[in-house]
Amino acid sequence: MSIARTLNDARSELVAWLQAGPMMLVFGLFFLLPLALVIIVSFWDYNEYEIIPRFSARGYTETFEGCLTELPNLCTILKTYLKTLKLCFLVWAITLTIGFTVAYFLAFHVRSTTWQIVLSLLCTIPFWTSNVIRMIAWIPLLGRNGLVNSGLQKAGVIDKPLEWLLFSEFAVVLALVHLFTFFMVVPIFNSMIRIDKRLIEAAYDAGATGWQTLRDIVIPLAKPGIVIGSIFVITIVMGDFITVGVMGGQQIASAGKIIEVRLNALHFPAAAANAVILLGFTFLIIASLSRLVDVRKEL
Amino acid sequence: MQARLELAGVSKFYGETCAVDALDLKIPAGTYCCLLGPSGCGKTSTLRMIAGHEATSRGDIILGSSNVTDLPPAKRGTAMMFQSYALFPHLSVLDNVAFALKMRGIDKAARHAKARDLLKLVHMEPYAERLPAQLSGGQQQRVALARALITEPQILLLDEPLSALDPFLRVKMRGELKRLQRELGITFIHVTHGQEEAMAVADLVVLMNGGRIEQQGTPREVFNRPRTAFVARFIGGHNVIARDDHEIAVRADRLSLHRGAAPREADALIATVSEVEYQGSFVQIALSSTAGDLVAQLPEADFDAAPFAVGEGVTAAWLPMAAHPLEGPHL
Repeated sequence: MSIARTLNDARSELVAWLQAGPMMLVFGLFFLLPLALVIIVSFWDYNEYEIIPRFSARGYTETFEGCLTELPNLCTILKTYLKTLKLCFLVWAITLTIGFTVAYFLAFHVRSTTWQIVLSLLCTIPFWTSNVIRMIAWIPLLGRNGLVNSGLQKAGVIDKPLEWLLFSEFAVVLALVHLFTFFMVVPIFNSMIRIDKRLIEAAYDAGATGWQTLRDIVIPLAKPGIVIGSIFVITIVMGDFITVGVMGGQQIASAGKIIEVRLNALHFPAAAANAVILLGFTFLIIASLSRLVDVRKEL
Repeated sequence: MQARLELAGVSKFYGETCAVDALDLKIPAGTYCCLLGPSGCGKTSTLRMIAGHEATSRGDIILGSSNVTDLPPAKRGTAMMFQSYALFPHLSVLDNVAFALKMRGIDKAARHAKARDLLKLVHMEPYAERLPAQLSGGQQQRVALARALITEPQILLLDEPLSALDPFLRVKMRGELKRLQRELGITFIHVTHGQEEAMAVADLVVLMNGGRIEQQGTPREVFNRPRTAFVARFIGGHNVIARDDHEIAVRADRLSLHRGAAPREADALIATVSEVEYQGSFVQIALSSTAGDLVAQLPEADFDAAPFAVGEGVTAAWLPMAAHPLEGPHL
């Protein structure tokens, strides 16, 4: 009896390991291993043309060079991170506002499931083309002689083309918002659709106005979706360098861009060190967001 | 504080379908009223229109001396207890109960004190800090009740309040609803499809069918003088028997069974016993006859004195005074 039970336990344990196996393999091979390599390389030495596999903190020290001596002025790395954070905050705030509104509309105003599906699919249409094409599509629209500028000039609103429309922070934020709002919509919609409609009715019965219902019922219950969407957007924007490069006309520095520049210069240890710093930074933001809500409970 | 409710010609259309058809109903103040009927009879739509969660297509709802037809729920003096309770899952029991007061901008100390009073009323004070998910069904119902009562409504609307509970708890909670209604002295309007539940608690039973009121009255009136065959069948315990040009209702416990001929003064039908069910204090006997299926309820002792077996031929008889004539179907 007890032997049979032990055998049974051992078997179900084996089955459990086998079931988790493929995921563990992928996770280990494509995430943990490369991450370990990046951390190791970030502590190697380098010169103009080669990597020297020998312990050195040069990747880190050069990155933070002058940060103490230049005080109270900010050194390059801190300025860049501040800039990235500002971009990230703007994109987060705008995608959250738009994403929440769209999700709210889909979840509470669209009554039929069919229409909910149709409208959700409509949101995914931009994803049928590549990231780069969607970005480049803004150029004929926002350029010096683009649609917006020529339209405004013809309408007599402005005399000469607006310079800040393209290759500017505005353009970067616009493109990022365009690219990533959907990542906010999906998790927030997912949280909202699970809210029992009778709760909204119960709040109305208790005399709650629309705003009070939003503040006291909808937002607290949609919080998991808001946090998950925020994590998506923040991690993507913090590491972005393509959008910042193309839409900023290669004139705007960002945390991701530093890594790209270092890679192009073949300073792999320095690039790795910057990657580790960015990772740590992003991890801190995510960790503090995760404190707001138990994400595991929602998956 | 106390007010009577009047529905005058209230109708509800969903597109072309008519859910509630020109309903006229007066409910005196302090009444325990049950809206009873099969699903789709319009009882829930009626309740939701009284609550203000559904607009009336036509007609007026008058509470006391004011016409509340177009007022939002919170301005009517009604409060609703929802089916499956609709407690806010992210708020503690105390905050759930205090919710309506928070919406009115009442400060925390005052609204929590009031909420504690109501929790005491429903014997839920020890659970104030729990979340709804940590409560049993019966406990959730008490909290929902306290939440609805905190605004001191003139009328409490209960949408199938007992349907989520197991049978034992259902009997216990309906007793408590009745006690609470008596203590508070306000009107309760309780929607249910269970006739037993309605008979147990109601002062006024309103039996609905197809968007209209089929019959209203005290439980005794409705049970003893069903107006139509529908009422007699829905309320249970009756046999509907076709006689020449009309139908009559005979209570199952007024039917007597005989092996030979029936007593001379009684009406009778020849029937065959198709099922015998022991029900405790009485025995229920299903019969099939040329006039349709019948049910007789015999006291246990009478049955034991002369038991009937399945397949046996009997004469089912009733005294003329036990036969209650029914009106034709509602026109």
